[in-house]
Amino acid sequence: MIMIFGIPGPLLFGQLLLGLINGAFYAMLSLGLAVIFGMLNIINFAHGALFMMGAFASWMLLDYAGIGYFPALILAPLLVGAFGIFLEKTIISRLYKLDHLYGLLLTFGLSLVIEGLFRNAYGSSGLPYRIPAILQGAFNLGFMYLPIYRGWVVVAALVVCISTWAIIEKTSLGATLRAATENAPLVQAFGVNVPRLITLTYGGGVALAAFAGVLAAPIYSVNPNMGTNFINTVFAVVVIGGMGSIMGSILTGFGLGVVEGLCKVFYPQASATVVFVVMVIVLLVRPRGLFGKAA
Amino acid sequence: MILTRRSALTTVAAASALPLIRPAVIPSARAQTPTIKIGVLNDQSGPYTNTGGATSVVCVKQALEDFGVSTKGMNVEVIAADHQNKPDLAVSIARQWFDRDGVDMLIDVPTSSVALALQSVVREKNKVYLNSGAASSALTGAQCSPNFIHWTYDTYMLAKSTGGAMVKAGGDSWYFLTADYAFGKQLQADTSAFVTASGGKVLGAAQYPFPGTTDFSSFLVQAQSSGAKVLGLANAGGDTVNSIKQAAEFGLNNSMKIAALLMFITDVHALGLDVAAGLNLTESFYWDLNERTRAFTKRVLPKTPNNYPNMDHAGCYSATLHYLKTVADMGAAEAKKDGVATVNRMKAMPVEDDCFGSSKIREDGRNMVTSYLFQVKKPSESKGPWDYYNLVATTPGDEAYRPLADGHCPIVKA
Repeated sequence: MIMIFGIPGPLLFGQLLLGLINGAFYAMLSLGLAVIFGMLNIINFAHGALFMMGAFASWMLLDYAGIGYFPALILAPLLVGAFGIFLEKTIISRLYKLDHLYGLLLTFGLSLVIEGLFRNAYGSSGLPYRIPAILQGAFNLGFMYLPIYRGWVVVAALVVCISTWAIIEKTSLGATLRAATENAPLVQAFGVNVPRLITLTYGGGVALAAFAGVLAAPIYSVNPNMGTNFINTVFAVVVIGGMGSIMGSILTGFGLGVVEGLCKVFYPQASATVVFVVMVIVLLVRPRGLFGKAA
Repeated sequence: MILTRRSALTTVAAASALPLIRPAVIPSARAQTPTIKIGVLNDQSGPYTNTGGATSVVCVKQALEDFGVSTKGMNVEVIAADHQNKPDLAVSIARQWFDRDGVDMLIDVPTSSVALALQSVVREKNKVYLNSGAASSALTGAQCSPNFIHWTYDTYMLAKSTGGAMVKAGGDSWYFLTADYAFGKQLQADTSAFVTASGGKVLGAAQYPFPGTTDFSSFLVQAQSSGAKVLGLANAGGDTVNSIKQAAEFGLNNSMKIAALLMFITDVHALGLDVAAGLNLTESFYWDLNERTRAFTKRVLPKTPNNYPNMDHAGCYSATLHYLKTVADMGAAEAKKDGVATVNRMKAMPVEDDCFGSSKIREDGRNMVTSYLFQVKKPSESKGPWDYYNLVATTPGDEAYRPLADGHCPIVKA
């Protein structure tokens, strides 16, 4: 057997793959954050709570309406995205002219309220959500046992991340969006409804979080704290990638998933901290983040 | 941007450190007798909310009602707070309760790191500390205290019952998945001792950061490649639920047996019977055990309809009831004055209630309740809501716990 740093090779490959899978979640969540920050200049601390709402929405659709996993993959992001639009219209839009910190405090408060309400209604132990029958089972890759569902998560995450990047960077809609964040009055003068564009962007970012939530529901227990566990790491990912950089957050998300996965083999006790160590180093060396643009 | 982020983190840290103290005052009957104050300190918002949380408060209040404090002319108040599983926060709440609010008895307190941190505060203030929720057997071992009683279960009892049963069934090589703090390490150590004493081997352990780990797949794959026959889960609450769920996903249950060393009925409920079926676990209380436990459950359930009582909750009820009996026996004024004397009196009196039947409290503070090994039912066997357990084995109290001499508790005279 090949040994790499005293660890059997197959085990190491397995861990790399698992790291990529976790990275898929980081990438999807940080992508939503980056889109919202890039376009709205709001540090959306409620992202974790909205991720959790996505998971809960899929559970509710199944439990109350008998709607299965695949329809939920579309419906839950739509529902939660609509909730996001409601939040943006009624509350968040009032803060655009103020410092980032106010938006952060507001969304942090919102996340506490949302999580508190869910905890009150459903408790903290979590609710069961099954892997859909078609994605059950596993492939034997020789060096490890890969559950089909985890493979599906990586594929779905890649498709969603790349299409989001393409929409923003390669389409005329994306161009308008980017122009609106650079100079809103000018774009408005061309007849574009900028406030609506911004509302829809927030809704879109929220829908991304909810989509990740639906993907996560069968893996993690659906509970009100599931977002809090992710959000700190995801913020570190965004900071490392460069605030507001779309491709940066996707690449950093997958990359840090791998770093964390390797840490779990060599020194598991530090696996929750390693991302922040990387963050400190990146901030010292490149304060704008790996993919951030210079001011 | 860096500045913003830094100040943001400070704000978040400050906000999450705010103690959420919620007084839940029960009206006092008469003013002349001194008021006994009971403080329920547990996790009310984190991973252990359902295993303790509001249901513990309900059970403490149920004890007041069943004892009939108002008809006996006693004044008893119950207050509660959320310790957020943070030892420093718990210590400052406890100090505030003792110094400012005149709390006489501290109850529940899950999370072993928090439970251990409180030992010295309670001893310094000479109050009463009845722990139902925390697991570490160090609480009645090297860290024992004359002000303390460990009511419901501990890591040794879990290791002996669940671990012992696994070894007996042929599980002689183990790999541990361990929450990296006082509780997980103690549970791993206690279980390892049983495994090796009966000729088994421990092949490895992954100690993962607590709290904050949600994905266990890396550790599960490592466990799988170790070739061990048993995966010992030295964790609790949401972590246990997630690790069992993910173990099933990675097909571990085909090649290994899973020993959920600490699992409450609330966790089984979260997992669902199709994933949990067949698991062995140990509790000292099950709502459907006998007539008396069913009667107790019927009384408390209307106040906590979505969360059936588990052994932690039942322990809160039983401990409060026994405390009230002791206070009535020695007089409220005497009980308020001296925590050690109250605890000594509690140890001298036999314990008797609906949840655990009768038991006695050992000099190191261990309440010797019976432990039960259960197996989780298949979905087809379950006949109603929360009908989850089949009783497999019963260990009487005097055999369930660590022998007195092996604990090296300094207050026990040789």
